[in-house]
Amino acid sequence: MMLDFLARRLLVALLVCATVLTFAFVLTRLGGDLAISIAGPNATAADIAQVRVAYGLDRPMPVQFLEWVGRAATGDFGQSFFFKEKVSKLIFDRLPITFALGLVGLSLALSVALPLGIVAALRENSWVDRAISIVALFGQAMPSFWLGLILMIGLGLHLGWLPISGTGSWEHFVMPGIVLAFSAIPALLRLTRAGMIDAMASDYIRTARAKGLSRSSIVLKHAARNAAMPVVSIAAVQLGFMLGGSIVIETVFALHGVGFLAWESISKNDFPTVQAVVLLLACIYILLTLGADLLNAVLDPRLRAS
Amino acid sequence: MRALRNAGLVTGALIVGAAVAIALFAPLLVPHDPFAQDLSRRLIPPFWMEGARAGHPLGTDQLGRDYLSRLIYGARISMLIGIATTIASGLIGIALGVAGGFFGGRVDDAVLFAITARLSIPLILVALAIVSVVGSSLTVVVMTLGLLLWDRFAVVARVATMQVRNLDYVAAAWAAGCSKGRIVLREILPNILSPLAVVATLEVALAILLEAALSFLGLGVPPPLPSWGLMIAEGKDYMFFSPWVIMIPGVALFIVVFGINLLGDGLRDLLRTGRVA
Repeated sequence: MMLDFLARRLLVALLVCATVLTFAFVLTRLGGDLAISIAGPNATAADIAQVRVAYGLDRPMPVQFLEWVGRAATGDFGQSFFFKEKVSKLIFDRLPITFALGLVGLSLALSVALPLGIVAALRENSWVDRAISIVALFGQAMPSFWLGLILMIGLGLHLGWLPISGTGSWEHFVMPGIVLAFSAIPALLRLTRAGMIDAMASDYIRTARAKGLSRSSIVLKHAARNAAMPVVSIAAVQLGFMLGGSIVIETVFALHGVGFLAWESISKNDFPTVQAVVLLLACIYILLTLGADLLNAVLDPRLRAS
Repeated sequence: MRALRNAGLVTGALIVGAAVAIALFAPLLVPHDPFAQDLSRRLIPPFWMEGARAGHPLGTDQLGRDYLSRLIYGARISMLIGIATTIASGLIGIALGVAGGFFGGRVDDAVLFAITARLSIPLILVALAIVSVVGSSLTVVVMTLGLLLWDRFAVVARVATMQVRNLDYVAAAWAAGCSKGRIVLREILPNILSPLAVVATLEVALAILLEAALSFLGLGVPPPLPSWGLMIAEGKDYMFFSPWVIMIPGVALFIVVFGINLLGDGLRDLLRTGRVA
């Protein structure tokens, strides 16, 4: 049963990977002749022809596609046009920064969303609950790039607490982390609240009450632990979204992670790098959701059956 | 609490109504031509600051264009993108979701797969890449976002269709010999519209935010169109000396998106309590 579930889930993950692989290839071919955009605006017809041969763009599409897939499967994404370096090395060098940003953002988001969600659930429909739901709406409506600029003006320029942009030290991750957390707080907050309301209404909480346990013990030991389970698995998914969404934030703060790399390569028509980043972020997301699903299946046997 | 909840709904509706009205009647409301440059009147501050001038209540931008007029036309672009994108993504998502929920089996597997694949694709990155490859214009932004934002529609339409599919009135329609097409269009769609309306509201807000982010990064709506995101991007170089250049369009963006979400949440609560009653 468990093995069956595992196999099916893995197969789907692989198929999604293959779909994204195809998608990433088609994506960069949407604009017509790549050789023209690589050669630049001042290129002659001879230059373009030369570029076409040099990058193998003269061969039939299916051949180009299969070659790309074959190499991508072994982790070789070719040479970057703009940075004159191997794409895999470029990405590998910058991945730690994006992961660090994602983790800072996620921990900040969880440390705000979990307590607020629990409090909102315990005071369901009170003014506290309403106020907290307004906080969630605030986070949802805040354009992340704009919040970033405002923090730069406030915390960076006027108060001088934090560096405005760049990658040098841990302080450089604080403002981008806050901005990233803002985008994840609403979803996590709502989920915690809903999970906590369900948990508090369940039979085992009634039993715990009947046993005469203290309120704090009921809330923290029994309800919160059960409410946290779906939140943790969503947090994994949210981390995937955050890594994808970090492109805007990294660009605003000139934080040289994978998102910034993606932004640079998009603006320089560096399509091997764009393809590789799309594929990488998609694969990370697929792995995270796979992990979350498996974790849920282990924790909750009911899910395996369906 | 009931009153508070309704207050949210009413506030949201008022904000959205005002934004739509401003967008519709923009040409009648603007004090100046939003595209007219006047380099002798660059970066005039808004009325609450020193150095403000009559005739430019919100000041002027770095090219001397009237900021209030650009802000008003910006509402037009935001609402247009939000609504057009939602129509495009709604058509795709609802078609997929209803097909999956109605037919089940292999069709449903395919729909679920499409949703999973779509969610694994990094949204902003791919949108930026498409706009950069195809070229930036209003239409390209709407098409790109429309092709990417259908997932929530599909998820909700699929589940709602499954719930409705086995109800008595659908069985009655089958028994009466109605065709599949007729059952979907006449029996199923009208009965799943309310949850979809909530999704549509929230999608409008998301599309507006995404357009602003794309335009801010220079791969959304092209200049000289006054998109709020683009206005923030253009003001960025001056923000440390004149923070109001980025504050004004940012606040407008925030208020509109906040209002739409307030409306969406209010609608959801209303429908939920309506169903229980």
